[in-house]
Amino acid sequence: MTSEDLLFSLSWVQPELLLAGFVLLGTLVGALFGARSTRLLNVVATAALFAAGVMALMHRPEAPQDIFAGAMSIDAFGAFAKAVIAFAAAATLLLGAEHFHRLQDQQFEFPLITVTAVLGMFVMVSANDLIALYVGVELQSLAAYVLAAWRRDDARSSEAGLKYFVLGALSSGLLLFGCSYVYGFSGSVQFDTIAAAAVEPGVGLMFGLVMVLAGLAFKMGAAPFHMWTPDVYEGAPTPVAALFAAAPKVAAVVLMARMLYEPFAGMEHEWRQVIAVLAGASMLVGAFAGLVQTNLKRLMAYSSIANMGFVLMALAAGSPEGAQAALIYIAVYLPATIGVFAVMMALRHQGQAIETIGDLAGIGQRHVGFAALLTILFFSLAGIPPLAGFWGKFEAFRASLGAGLVPLAVVGAIAAVVAAGYYLRVLATVWFSPSAPSDVRPSSGVSAVLAVVGAALCFPLLLVFMAGLEHAADAAVRASF
Amino acid sequence: MTGFPWLSILIALPVAGAALIMAARAMAGPAGPGVDRGVKIMALLVSIATLCVSIGVLLQFDPANPSFQLVERAAWAFGLEYHVGVDGLALSLVLLTTAITPLCILASWTIDKQVASYMILFLVLETLMIGVFCALDVILFYLFFEGGLIPMFILIGVWGGKNRVYAAFKFFLYTLLGSLLMLVAIVWMILTAGASSIPELMAHPFTANAQTWLWLAFFASFAVKMPMFPVHTWLPDAHVEAPTAGSVVLASILLKMGGYGFLRFSLPMFPDASQLFAPLVFALSVIAIVYASLVAFRQTDIKKLIAYSSVAHMGFVTMGIFSGSEIGIQGAIFQMLSHGVISGALFLCVGVIYERMHTREIAFYGGLVNRMPVYAAVFILFTMGNVGLPGTSGFPGEITTMTAAFLVNPLVAAGAALGVILSAAYALTLARKVIYGTIENPQLATIADLDSREWVLFVPLVAATLLFGLAPWIIFDFTEASASAIAQAYEAATTAIAAGAHP
Repeated sequence: MTSEDLLFSLSWVQPELLLAGFVLLGTLVGALFGARSTRLLNVVATAALFAAGVMALMHRPEAPQDIFAGAMSIDAFGAFAKAVIAFAAAATLLLGAEHFHRLQDQQFEFPLITVTAVLGMFVMVSANDLIALYVGVELQSLAAYVLAAWRRDDARSSEAGLKYFVLGALSSGLLLFGCSYVYGFSGSVQFDTIAAAAVEPGVGLMFGLVMVLAGLAFKMGAAPFHMWTPDVYEGAPTPVAALFAAAPKVAAVVLMARMLYEPFAGMEHEWRQVIAVLAGASMLVGAFAGLVQTNLKRLMAYSSIANMGFVLMALAAGSPEGAQAALIYIAVYLPATIGVFAVMMALRHQGQAIETIGDLAGIGQRHVGFAALLTILFFSLAGIPPLAGFWGKFEAFRASLGAGLVPLAVVGAIAAVVAAGYYLRVLATVWFSPSAPSDVRPSSGVSAVLAVVGAALCFPLLLVFMAGLEHAADAAVRASF
Repeated sequence: MTGFPWLSILIALPVAGAALIMAARAMAGPAGPGVDRGVKIMALLVSIATLCVSIGVLLQFDPANPSFQLVERAAWAFGLEYHVGVDGLALSLVLLTTAITPLCILASWTIDKQVASYMILFLVLETLMIGVFCALDVILFYLFFEGGLIPMFILIGVWGGKNRVYAAFKFFLYTLLGSLLMLVAIVWMILTAGASSIPELMAHPFTANAQTWLWLAFFASFAVKMPMFPVHTWLPDAHVEAPTAGSVVLASILLKMGGYGFLRFSLPMFPDASQLFAPLVFALSVIAIVYASLVAFRQTDIKKLIAYSSVAHMGFVTMGIFSGSEIGIQGAIFQMLSHGVISGALFLCVGVIYERMHTREIAFYGGLVNRMPVYAAVFILFTMGNVGLPGTSGFPGEITTMTAAFLVNPLVAAGAALGVILSAAYALTLARKVIYGTIENPQLATIADLDSREWVLFVPLVAATLLFGLAPWIIFDFTEASASAIAQAYEAATTAIAAGAHP
């Protein structure tokens, strides 16, 4: 690689350089000033994430650019995903900053590790060979394990971190195992070369593909590789759970889309069955298992499993429309999910974020504003029109029906009804339960503002910007595949 | 077609009013009787303004023209359009909606719990209901159709009776399952026909096999909404538990969405399948008419009795629609409008005594005529309308739908006629037990007759019942063009199948 190539490559990874630079400098500042610098680092980290998202969007190429000797590829698809990831992570970082400030638990590493995770996600979405893919996944995962166990003194948090780590390591092993098969049977780690080999696939390549998909399905929390999600969401501090429910999902979905549509495009017939099964299982598991939850964070975990099922349903189409639908789905899923977590943190119970559905009893009578926010957010997650979530489901149905996957769409419709059952249960508690004397108090602050922003995005802002979102997703897919 | 955006204003007005109330409520400070009163008056004014706009629409409308009028069309996202317009069928139901809503708000004057939220939800619901009938883009239609679940869920659950949470869930989930299957079918249709506008979809010939599946998916949604036997079980629960105005909206307007859907989608878009399944619909209609009437006979709760009678009356509507003839479709539309007035009025009648005594048990009442002569007269009039007595608006709809059914299959008409007799049996029994006799329950000794607000409520309904009963041609003339257009298209398509010309 000549220095010219290097300079060219570096010019395309400015967002990543910004994040990496922040992490390195931030560590230095933290080491010098200790916990006193937490506030500053939180603010700068949020700004850096915003800036990285905007940079990725502004500085996106017309055609895909292979950089670092083909290890990474910068394209509009990745730029869209990076922007979404960065904004979602910035929102959850703000939630975390407020949360730990309230708990008097100021550790300057929190923003640094969050940004490190985002850096890993950025590498994931731009990966163009198996090595970059694995490095990205691991960078993101290692940061996530630490974040899950953030409250070291809390047994549940430590348990969440340990569980996430052990199961995550297993899935990384599967992923790496699959990568080695793919490399062995295609002779290259480069996606382009693999694509050429995948036109006439053998059993070995197929085996590798299935292993890779299993590893990625674990990272995105799709059934039957979902069992870690409820436990980790429940144990991790609430803002960390919000982060897990948002940004890494985007990265995993985009990486999955890239794997399916680029190196393994020739094996569409083979992987479609796998993805369809993952999608159907996720939608059903997420819908049925969520029905019996009493803990809001566990409920949100099952909600995310079901929603990932819908994203996979879109991807199973194997068409550009499928990738576009997945992008739109994830873009409308994020505000609702982050919004729900923000409400959980804005409503405080003995100084802590609320955790159980029962804590919401009678909110409709005492804090009608929060009840209205929850109504919009949960109906959006349930996919009831005209809220944002409906358009994601509509696009997912359209993509999968366009590919002739009628039975999968019918399974999706049934799962959506079942899942609506538990969203309604939350709302029934909010609106219909008698107002019990309770010490749940709303707080104004960052979390309340973010809840309002999330709900406003679900309705009515999305209806206004829908044409813009569709155009952006369409352009991203068109320029990349 | 450009011009004054009548329909957009009509659709947006209630929700704009709701936003205004929300803003005013936020500024008014803590709740109190004065604030609540202000909110109620604002909501009433908004709904009356909407009624005025809908009358403006009526004046712009030419009933002799069978095509969609006052059309507005603009591109939207996802290849969809904002596309609205009305024909005689749609506009008659829009007018029903805008006329019933002010009465509902007036009937809700006694609400004292979270008044602002209640009124806001009600106005949002009105926007969604008007939108359903005006939408000419199939996804826009779905948006309004399904969106109505949200306010209705909260209205039943917060302001409903004892078992309200169960009823709210049942209502929501039942309807949602049907609707999502319809959504899958709608998306498939858009992909296949390459268009999402309703007039273009009507013109697209779907293959006979596709029609069968699409018809079933739409049937899943509309049959639940209608409601038809055997998926009617959510209705008695929802009716009984909903607040009075909620029951009125359910009976008068929301149930009509099912019939409207059959007329707008099933019949014109899937004529082959409609013909194929018509015997099934006839069978279910007759079962609904007879079975629901028998069940109604055994009820001890007044609201539940009226709810089952609604199921029976909707059986006439489906029977008329799937006869496929102009007279049947005319009768079905008439029956929907008449049922909207009469059953809405009956629920208001129940509301009057429920507000006074807080019970709907039939056994509790008796001899009301002694203390409430005016109320008794009103109640008997609407009971007669419910039975289908000539001279009330209940009669023309039943006789025309039965005639249409007789022309297709005399046995079906005979079954329906049996239902008419049964309806007289349960309705008159109800009147006898509640209204006549002597007052035996000491708690009723001081019950008061209608007050001035209730007079205002019932006068328009009584007038409409008598007017449409004595001069049914007002409605028949208005809906003739669109009904005959639907019937002719259906006949042309089914004749083509009989001749073997259709793919």
